[in-house]
Amino acid sequence: MTDSFVEVNKLSKSYDIGTEKVRALSSVSTVIRRGDFVSVMGPSGSGKSTFMNLIGCLDTPDEGEIWLDGQNVAELDRDELAQIRNTKIGFVFQQFNLLGRTTAVENVCLPLLYAGTGRRERVERAKESLDRVGLSDRLHHHPTQLSGGQQQRVAIARALVNQPTMLLADEPTGALDSHTGVEIMDLFSELNKAGITVVLVTHEQTVAEYARRIIHFLDGEIVSDESMIKEVA
Amino acid sequence: MSVFELFRIAFTSISGNILRSILTMLGVTIGVAAVITMVSVASGARQEIDEQMKSLGSTLFMVYSGSRSFRGVSSASGNWAVLTDQDAHALREEIPEIVAAAANLRGSAQIVSGNQNWNCSIYAVDQDYLVARNWQIRDGNEISPTEFNRGSKVVLLGNTVREALFGEGNAVGQTIRVNNVPLEVVGTLEKKGVSGGGRDIDDMILIPLKAGRERILGRRGSSGNAVDGIWVTVEHEWQMPDVEELIKDVLSTRHRIGPNQNEPFTVRNMSEMVESSLESRNTLNYLLSAVASISLVVGGIGIMNIMLVTVTERTREIGLRMAVGATGSIILRQFLVEAVVLCGLGGVAGILISFIAGWVIATTTGFPMVFEWYVFVVSVVFSAGIGVFFGFYPAQQAAAKDPIEALRSE
Repeated sequence: MTDSFVEVNKLSKSYDIGTEKVRALSSVSTVIRRGDFVSVMGPSGSGKSTFMNLIGCLDTPDEGEIWLDGQNVAELDRDELAQIRNTKIGFVFQQFNLLGRTTAVENVCLPLLYAGTGRRERVERAKESLDRVGLSDRLHHHPTQLSGGQQQRVAIARALVNQPTMLLADEPTGALDSHTGVEIMDLFSELNKAGITVVLVTHEQTVAEYARRIIHFLDGEIVSDESMIKEVA
Repeated sequence: MSVFELFRIAFTSISGNILRSILTMLGVTIGVAAVITMVSVASGARQEIDEQMKSLGSTLFMVYSGSRSFRGVSSASGNWAVLTDQDAHALREEIPEIVAAAANLRGSAQIVSGNQNWNCSIYAVDQDYLVARNWQIRDGNEISPTEFNRGSKVVLLGNTVREALFGEGNAVGQTIRVNNVPLEVVGTLEKKGVSGGGRDIDDMILIPLKAGRERILGRRGSSGNAVDGIWVTVEHEWQMPDVEELIKDVLSTRHRIGPNQNEPFTVRNMSEMVESSLESRNTLNYLLSAVASISLVVGGIGIMNIMLVTVTERTREIGLRMAVGATGSIILRQFLVEAVVLCGLGGVAGILISFIAGWVIATTTGFPMVFEWYVFVVSVVFSAGIGVFFGFYPAQQAAAKDPIEALRSE
């Protein structure tokens, strides 16, 4: 588990805000290995979200390279990026982003729909995925019938359903109470132990400490990159 | 992603906001209903006129005194030929294509039968009349040649008159009084139905020409054997143009009209007359259909408006779908299908409403409606086309969204 899954090289990205040009990332280089558990921290405007968007293939850099699973995704077009997101990355958001009028199973099916998987196999795999996050008894519930923690579990099941190599979680506990937050973080740890690379953005130290490695961003640069010695429970 | 999946997503989203969806569809529904109703009324009118043509006969001329252009420059004094029953006779003898040439006098009078009173048209005719106008005997007999020659006091009753005077009772053999002259009913006529302009052509009686001239109408005493007009029929429709010329020649010769003079009589092709009235009605119907289709366009704009709102409202959903792997073209198709489904459902509802409207119009006004299957196909295809046309721009807006911005939106 020493090979790199993500390797970024001198990554720069600026945004135009009104007439001003804001440099969100300046020449960032780092490596995320397969099976790693990384927390990305930093105050707002530090560039951590931009970094996440870039390695999540939601955006393209102005300069630099992003090698993802051996492919430089900085050169891909919109549709090719969509395909990478679909097959290699699972997203988990602060606000869960579930579709309101559909059931848990249908929400989880969504990435498979765009992968072109047949309906029967979609439902089968969605059920497996929901089982994995402990929601096999909530298959046909709508998001409004689920608690916040359960909704986030559905979102994680959705991120897992396409068997991605990497989960990208943006403040996954931000909308949850601390008790539920712990449950969700335990789930991430469990998934990481099963071999999935996890990268999460957070500003909570307690959440960040679930990771084996914490990267701090400030003013578009990496200011610290420390490996945590994890107590193996 | 299959088309079936796109439709499923569209139905889920449409049913998720049912009131708004119905209101959005309403514009297309009303447009489709209006177009179908208009086209069906036009088809009904067309059919009615076709039937009239059939009952009138497509091989019929009417010849009457006076020039067609007597109000124009060619009008001159003496431009009025008095047609007579000898003219009718001459046409019959000299033009072999003519099947019947029926001279007639027209008038109206009060009819009395017992304590029943009725006012209707009277036609004093010769024996070609029933053939020329395609009348069928319902009960009794035709007026015999002898009765025509003698000017006997006999009468044939039109269906409306028969019903008014005798109801369901037997009319044949009864005596009616017309202008105080007693006439024996020898027969009654089959019903023909309402003619163009709402005139009831069954509201009349037929009497021998001679009887009419001498005893009942009697108004042209000074002109001897003058008639009001001559109905002429030929065997085949294609003979009409030639026969028209022959009629003019025969009458010109008989009335000593030179080649450069304006003819003091008019030969009118009746089927042409019906066709021109049909054309004017058709023009009106096309105009109304055009107005109705404007409402379809307005409906389409309504669809576009709501689709733009929908795209804005569901920006986050669009962002999410993109994040999990939807390409721009899939998002475009998703919203396009949604617009098409909205329009299509609106179109189907419009068809149902047009059926109801057709039924209501037919039962309340008696105006016949004819639904032609192609109108339904065209309107469904057309409303789906409106969905594509007006749905494209909003769908494009959706597809062009940046996933990061979209996910961040509230």
